Amino acid sequence: MSEEPTPERALPGAAAWMRVVAPTVIAFLFLGAWEAVVRVNGIPHYILPGPLLVGQTLLKDWGTLSTSLLITLKITFMALSVAAVLGLALAVLFAQSRIIEMSLFPFAVILQVTPIVAIAPLIIIWVNDVTLSLLICAWIVAFFPILSNTTVGLNSADHNLIDLFRLYRANRWQVLVRLLLPSALPYFLAGLRISGGLALIGAIVAEFVAGTGGSASGLAYRILEAGYQLQIPRMFAALVLVSGTGIAIFLALTLLSHLLLRKWHESAMGRGDRR
Amino acid sequence: MTPTRPLVALRGVAKRYATGTLALTGIDLDILPGDFVALLGPSGCGKSTLLRILAGLSGPTGGTIDWPGATHDAAGDPQRDIGFVFQEPTLMPWATVMRNVTLPLELAGVKRSEAEDRAAEWLARVELKGFERAYPRALSGGMRMRVSIARALVTRPRLLLMDEPFAALDEITRFRLNNDLLQLWEAERFTVVFVTHSVFESVFLAQRIVVMAPRPGRIAEEIAVEAPTPRGEEFRTSPDYAAQCRTVSHALSRAMAPAA
Ligand SMILES: Nc1ncnc2c1ncn2[C@@H]1O[C@H](COP(=O)(O)OP(=O)(O)OP(=O)(O)O)[C@@H](O)[C@H]1O
Ligand SMILES: [Mg+2]
Repeated sequence: MSEEPTPERALPGAAAWMRVVAPTVIAFLFLGAWEAVVRVNGIPHYILPGPLLVGQTLLKDWGTLSTSLLITLKITFMALSVAAVLGLALAVLFAQSRIIEMSLFPFAVILQVTPIVAIAPLIIIWVNDVTLSLLICAWIVAFFPILSNTTVGLNSADHNLIDLFRLYRANRWQVLVRLLLPSALPYFLAGLRISGGLALIGAIVAEFVAGTGGSASGLAYRILEAGYQLQIPRMFAALVLVSGTGIAIFLALTLLSHLLLRKWHESAMGRGDRR
Repeated sequence: MTPTRPLVALRGVAKRYATGTLALTGIDLDILPGDFVALLGPSGCGKSTLLRILAGLSGPTGGTIDWPGATHDAAGDPQRDIGFVFQEPTLMPWATVMRNVTLPLELAGVKRSEAEDRAAEWLARVELKGFERAYPRALSGGMRMRVSIARALVTRPRLLLMDEPFAALDEITRFRLNNDLLQLWEAERFTVVFVTHSVFESVFLAQRIVVMAPRPGRIAEEIAVEAPTPRGEEFRTSPDYAAQCRTVSHALSRAMAPAA
């Protein structure tokens, strides 16, 4: 089995290399072309900075940008953690009682379908603490995929296995811990991967709406600020950090899912040893 | 017939599903301790339904089921003491072979170390020594079925219910597992109710074949199998075996013919 961190359908041998090499080559070609276009046409940096300038700005402003990055990261991870814990807990509650599920699920859907940009201003008005309001916004978008995926997962346990547990007179707790939760794990992790990206988006969107300045501001505020000041290279640098963070979160959660599932689940199997 | 007290006695058992399907009607059946009964019949004649009723996984809508020898718990439920083997191996993919086999014991509160000892013993008996730490995914279909059988037997149940356990396997593997199951049964003499579509399998394995008829599911005939003990490849190729297969086959045709 291949050891690389992209778990899904890892290709054996040389093909696995291509998964890393091919996109890297494309990325360098793209950056090169971008730099060339900017230089050849003499595009001013307040319209479109070249990638080299963006890189330099990233290094030069690293002090401010990294502080903001940490703040955004903190909100993203707290929102994701709360979403994971509450999503899992609520899904387990749903699995215990159809009535609870029927009464609460519609509200989770309402939460999900309401655009976060539309309710963020309200939340920011209602909640005095800025960090807390950002956290709530990020949580709202991250919550639903985990809840719905885990709910599906808990209901997807093999019916014969459920019968087997009944046959051996397993109690509710045993059924939950030994059967339902392991069955739901792949679904939960898939939900977590979606929510990881969403939590970041939620945090950024909410901060755009909040627009608060000062020392305790995240990357979104840096983007806004750089926009007002026509510091376009710095805006790009902040943007690079946002995307980089999103990619890093996705890869980290993919790796987590791979590590937890590789021994038994289809999604984490290399093609080479699939039956 | 026999003076022995049956393990389970069914009288006039019927099952009508909520959909209105009458899956079983008028089932009278005694299962004697140590018996090997095959339930043989076409698809849809209620074999699985009958097995699930025996297991207590589904209630009958008519008739009675007695467990004359069993003690009853506080709720009045008989201690059925059953092992069940499904058509699919039905293993927990996230658990090792060992954890799959210890499951019934752990659910019953047996200490893990003791459960593992007992599971290891049964894994050895189904020829899976050395695979304790493997995950089901890494096993062949026949090996998974063996795990399933070990799991069903690890509690030393008095009654082993098997619902077409080998139907999905290739013939070579099926023959081997048939032989192995017979050997286990001849050594242990637990009681078996074995559902099958196959005349050949039923004659090879069973002491008694219950031929069932469809629409509505009912018992058409019961046929005792005469065979030497132990049965082996010898029996499978003997003219006697062929003759009995013919008898059972005819009974099955009669059962499936529309009522005159
Ligand atoms: N849960 C259910 N709800 C409604 N009808 C059912 C249910 N289970 C089985 N039936 C019906 O009851 C009848 C008997 O089904 P059963 O599964 O017991 O047959 P079977 O003999 O085991 O068939 P097979 O050999 O195909 O497994 C069929 O007509 C089937 O459609
Ligand atoms: Mg069936």
